[in-house]
Amino acid sequence: MIDFGGWEMPVQYGGILEEHRAVRERVGLFDVSHMGRLEVTGPDSLPSLQRLTPNDVSRLADGRCQYSAFLTERGTYVDDLLVYRKSADEYMLVVNASNTPKDFEWARSHARGDLRIENATNRTALIAVQGPRAAGLLSRITEPDPSDLPYYGFRECSVLGEAALVSRTGYTGEDGFEVCVASEQAEKVFRRLLEEGRGDGVLACGLGARDTLRLEAKMALYGNDIDDTVTPWEADLGWTVKIKKGDFLGRDALEAQKAEGVPRKLVGFEMIDRGIARHGYAAHTAKGEGVVTSGTHSPTLGKPIGLALLPTAATGVGTELEVDIRGRASTARVVETPFYKREKEVR
Amino acid sequence: MNPEDLRYTQSHEWVRIDGDVGTIGITDYAQKELGDIVYLELPEVGHVFNAGEEFGTVESVKAVSELFTPVSGEIVEINKGAVTEPGIVNDDPFGDGWMIKLKLSTDEEVQKLLTAEQYEEYVKQEEKEK
Repeated sequence: MIDFGGWEMPVQYGGILEEHRAVRERVGLFDVSHMGRLEVTGPDSLPSLQRLTPNDVSRLADGRCQYSAFLTERGTYVDDLLVYRKSADEYMLVVNASNTPKDFEWARSHARGDLRIENATNRTALIAVQGPRAAGLLSRITEPDPSDLPYYGFRECSVLGEAALVSRTGYTGEDGFEVCVASEQAEKVFRRLLEEGRGDGVLACGLGARDTLRLEAKMALYGNDIDDTVTPWEADLGWTVKIKKGDFLGRDALEAQKAEGVPRKLVGFEMIDRGIARHGYAAHTAKGEGVVTSGTHSPTLGKPIGLALLPTAATGVGTELEVDIRGRASTARVVETPFYKREKEVR
Repeated sequence: MNPEDLRYTQSHEWVRIDGDVGTIGITDYAQKELGDIVYLELPEVGHVFNAGEEFGTVESVKAVSELFTPVSGEIVEINKGAVTEPGIVNDDPFGDGWMIKLKLSTDEEVQKLLTAEQYEEYVKQEEKEK
């Protein structure tokens, strides 16, 4: 067990490689209750969220979620997050564990008008059911059957007779769901999923596999790939920024950066030489210096992969970089991302 | 669980002495702590190391760790199988997962290393302090 933002979390239950494979080929369970949940309710929820986040919340229908962020005035990340729209004046934000208190304060100090923001993290637990067999497994204990939920859709369900919010979301690059239940019900639901999924080859998975899975899918991790020095343009997450929607925190800075040119970009690389290039290692290119933001051994590809912030001129696919792996210059190459993409897309 | 005929270090290596050759690897406890091992970097035959010196690195999905030789000597063989398939260090740390063989410079160092019993005691302490 390790301490993760005040939560005791297992890095692995069995082994990272075997847990990773379970999610890619079958189904895995993650206790992600550490993820922060903020509830935003009241008539001024929408205008406040429009101001707080760069994506366009007005495009969100009831029962849908959206990947977005909180940005500073400099256009850099306070956090990345999901916005769930329950109804016109009822939203839930799912944020990173270690940022929850900061995000809560940030939202409260920047929201305007008639609304209420509440930190609901400790009232509920969050269980991620991920993998090609996730829908089959979850549907056996959930009413109504969640299999027809669209990607990034959610609804109120009953799981083992208990009220739950089930969304078709995840952080693995695989089909899957996240199930939000009252904290007291979490253990019962988790155990039942393990039991019920035995025939499916289900495994409980820890933070280690969560990291290798998300990295193969090129999903950014706050604190590694993005933080308050990185903008969405730099993080290759420009699609979450809707400049035309109107004013929001960080907009001026983002417009300015776009006009001036984005100096660096987050790209995927694979190692040509041996060894894993890890977070914080220096990366040298012909166009200047960069830094590795994430690195691991890709269980699916069987080789070391990573993400790096590199000078924009050195981010073309095929560009070579040299990573300083504990004093040894090791060659890597910029590649297409995501490193892994599942074959069958959910609607 | 830690073989009685081996000697151990506080950095979780073991050495098996056979005449004037020492075979070195990492313990079962170490492989468990590291998790799935994916890279193993070992020196070339002919290199000479003093006891306590770093002779290579072992890398798992989640961590990287240096390897220190418990005894002084010249490398006479490395386990190429373990370099190609580092998973065998997880599967059989005291057997097929060995790493290097050294021709010992002296037979005096071995006596200072931990016995299986002392090593187990040390691991227990380390676990407690976590």
